[in-house]
Amino acid sequence: MTTRMPGVDVVLVGFGWTASILAQELTDSGLQVLALERGKFRDTVPDFATTHIQDELRYAVRKDLFEEPARETLTFRNSVDQTALPMRHLGSFLPAAGVGGAGVHWNGQHWRFLPTDFKIRSHTEARYGKKFIPEDMTIQDWAVAYEDLEPHYDKFEYLCGISGQAGNINGAIQTGGNPFEGPRSRGYPLPPLQRSYATTLFDKAVQEVGFHSFPCAAANTSQPYKNPLGVQMGECTYCGFCEWFACGNYSKSSPQTTILPVLLKKGNFSYRTLCDVTRVNLDASGKRATGVTYIDAQGRSFEQPAQIVILCAFAQHNVHLLLLSGIGKPYNPTTGEGVTGKNYAYQMTSSVDVFLDKTLNPFMGAGALGQAFDDFNGDNFDHGPEGFLGGGYVALWTTGGRPILQHQLPEGTPTWGAGWKKAMAENYLKSASIATHGSVMSYRQSYLDLDPTYRDVYGNPLLRLTFDFHENEHKMSRFVTNKAAMVAKAMNARSIRVKQRDGHYSIVPYQTTHNTGGAIMGDDPSTSVVNRYLQSWDVPNVFVMGSSVFPQNPGYNPTGTVGALTFWAAHAIKTLYLKNPGPLVQT
Amino acid sequence: MRVRKFVTFLGVGLGLALSFAPRAWSQGTTYSLIAAGRYLVDAGDCASCHTDTAGKPFAGGRAIQTPFGVIYSSNITPDSETGIGKWSEKDFYDAMHHGMSRTGKYLYPAFPYPWFTKVSADDVRAIKAYLDTIPPVRQRNRRSKLPWPLSVRSVMAGWNALYFQEGVFQPDANKSVAWNRGAYLVQGLGHCGACHTATNAVGAPKKHQRLMGGDFGKHWYAPNLTRDLGDGLGNWSVEEIVEYLKTGSNGKDAAGGPMAEVVENSTQYLSDSDLDAMATYLKDIPAHENSSSAPAVAVADRTDLTRGQALYDDNCTGCHMVNGAGLAQVFPSLKESSAVQAKVPDTLIHFILAGARKAVTPGKPTGLSMPAFSGKLDDGELADLVNYIRNAWGNHAPLTDASAVSKVRKEIERSGELNARQPPVQAGGSS
Repeated sequence: MTTRMPGVDVVLVGFGWTASILAQELTDSGLQVLALERGKFRDTVPDFATTHIQDELRYAVRKDLFEEPARETLTFRNSVDQTALPMRHLGSFLPAAGVGGAGVHWNGQHWRFLPTDFKIRSHTEARYGKKFIPEDMTIQDWAVAYEDLEPHYDKFEYLCGISGQAGNINGAIQTGGNPFEGPRSRGYPLPPLQRSYATTLFDKAVQEVGFHSFPCAAANTSQPYKNPLGVQMGECTYCGFCEWFACGNYSKSSPQTTILPVLLKKGNFSYRTLCDVTRVNLDASGKRATGVTYIDAQGRSFEQPAQIVILCAFAQHNVHLLLLSGIGKPYNPTTGEGVTGKNYAYQMTSSVDVFLDKTLNPFMGAGALGQAFDDFNGDNFDHGPEGFLGGGYVALWTTGGRPILQHQLPEGTPTWGAGWKKAMAENYLKSASIATHGSVMSYRQSYLDLDPTYRDVYGNPLLRLTFDFHENEHKMSRFVTNKAAMVAKAMNARSIRVKQRDGHYSIVPYQTTHNTGGAIMGDDPSTSVVNRYLQSWDVPNVFVMGSSVFPQNPGYNPTGTVGALTFWAAHAIKTLYLKNPGPLVQT
Repeated sequence: MRVRKFVTFLGVGLGLALSFAPRAWSQGTTYSLIAAGRYLVDAGDCASCHTDTAGKPFAGGRAIQTPFGVIYSSNITPDSETGIGKWSEKDFYDAMHHGMSRTGKYLYPAFPYPWFTKVSADDVRAIKAYLDTIPPVRQRNRRSKLPWPLSVRSVMAGWNALYFQEGVFQPDANKSVAWNRGAYLVQGLGHCGACHTATNAVGAPKKHQRLMGGDFGKHWYAPNLTRDLGDGLGNWSVEEIVEYLKTGSNGKDAAGGPMAEVVENSTQYLSDSDLDAMATYLKDIPAHENSSSAPAVAVADRTDLTRGQALYDDNCTGCHMVNGAGLAQVFPSLKESSAVQAKVPDTLIHFILAGARKAVTPGKPTGLSMPAFSGKLDDGELADLVNYIRNAWGNHAPLTDASAVSKVRKEIERSGELNARQPPVQAGGSS
């Protein structure tokens, strides 16, 4: 039996970054907003208490902050001729569960995408010719331009109190910043973090090699900060426990540290935890959502009526919900028709470990304490001679020196025993790792659909992921990894160890949580799920947030763009949709 | 029969008239009277005691811990049966001014009539006018849990005779208008001395230790508010006191525990000029003549403090920094802090055991919090830590020991206060 709840103006599925931003913006417009979160409520105190949160076994090894695969998972295969199997342990990526979402456990590495990233197909065709794009590569231009998002990137950066060095303010290149970035209207709210010794050595080597080095922008506060909502943050202590951990010092930007203190006091906002949304309910026409159905921790079913439904869950969960609810035509890789599930993309990472004769003290770090060069990302260089599309940034991050998982050992070190211990003692303080963060294009064969065999705890089909790396990405990654190795050698390393990612994509080892696509945006309803305002083409009172709307995956961490897109969509809902509810883009 | 003193408030009025623009309270201008009353109800922090946690506003029922037993606050909504709906203006004045209820019973000074007696008759009238407008709540008052003979209210006659000085505030012509306004608020409605003045064995404030620090009960020690440079407000400017009362914190310190409630329910609503007046008055209260100004002993020379230093480095430096200075406006400074160096360390022990949350006010909505350390530090460790904090960076204060910590721990374990800020244990790995 389903209990019908009193209606609200807006129901948000999930209560992480995007839901928190939307809730804050839409309650400001006087709407009654409800967020439904599958996980628990969490706050800095008591849940993330400093001196408790720095527990690597609990949080990094046992993955205390993430979704439980026994409760929620997907099936995976590399290609359409295989049978997908359920992912029974978390591995390649780590979706969050709980209030604050991944905003609680992220590193805080903040990036804006390049202006050309948003028009990748038209720009590539104009510069390199139509034939440069392989036939099965289904990349497409975003329906928004960098210039559209700039004010919203700015809003997110000032909400978060990003620490960084601008590279381009209104077209004027700034010394010490990233000269390739799109023009920004003003600098970051806070100066860059203090540097680690390893990043200064990297910086010097990058300059010697002739690339453009800059400190990475961080959602870890370099100074105390008060954001435009009046919410206060402390100063990062460089404890080195950011990624996969929450912050106990109010110094990593998250919904808890930037929005919730204000949002939770509002009378027109409410949230319910341990509520799994299983359907977006549609009326008889299928053109209008009437609300959502959710199941609580006791297995009871509820119907939550709402005027507007906004999907704010993790990328894959948004797509899963669209497919289960019959919103948008499911994508068919054989015909290339349909849209929901289309253009799933991931990222391709690699690293080059550097072993030095200097003590680096890696344990003093922060999630986004890094130095990078962006010379080989996006279309910042001539792809013509290289024969691939995309690229990535190269960075030396000093995120921390946790005892169990964060260490580098030279090539040929035994994996256990006395030899391993000796190498560990010799290298723990004297090694660092240079990471590459590469783009992944979208392809006809990379997609999400409903699994024909496996079902979840509620009897619904699991989401099925079909994905593999393509030759374009292998070429890109080898190219960018070579640049990283050039810099590693210039650091006068005792030895280096190149960790190139070869072969098929495996869902087992952790790589990155940056999943994209499946509910992609575009200008044409036949090739996209949502329009430029992240509004469903088929059901105009449904909006979809997050990286599931990315048509392909650029070589940057996605959170900055996810935040900017959310402010952009919130603005459209407030200024356009509320005045005239209906499709915001006519077809 | 009680002697009713005829009170002249003309003289007081001269000093106060400037602060209250809508002075012309005639029968026809009740709105301004009610508005003034609401402001005064805030100034008196009536809500902190008369509104129970999750209870209806001013319906009473909140347990007030006293050294003698639990007293429950009363219903002051205008309900005719269970509230003060039948009370006349005069009945209400008698309670505020003489500590007598409508039925002629003596009130216990947990209701701070020893301070409210200083409130002018006009202000008392305004308060009653406002209380008459709030929604009536039918909720019976709970009986206090006091042992005999205190359970017999008439014993208060003796107490009043010995310790209660009745009478409206008398301004000091040698002081400024602001000083007098501040004194009126601090000594009267603000009833700061109810916590910040030490009491004798029968709970009466000690005359010669006015605002020099006192016990709020439940192991909260309210610090010294005099000009003392160590545990007083000597290092605070008028502006810093105003900011603290307005927003709950300033660059030096933050209100926590019962004082956070005072800010949230009372002082944040006061006008800047009134807060300025209160600060002006507080800054003029001389320190105790016996106030210790002995130079601090360097921690390095105190081997008994090195254990505490190690615990401090491991547990506290993330927020309060190695130098104890905290982060201005974010995490309170422990260095030169009057609360830290208070004569009795209970408040500091309380914060470390149970954690704390900064007051939440419109200008400072975050409610930055400190986690509870009760599950991490035992009584001996906590005593070492407290002794270090109270004697590091130029601080100096008497040493404490494990038994003092144990008493506070028992109290907060009993109250259930711990649960709010205790980090959760691991539920079990997911993979």
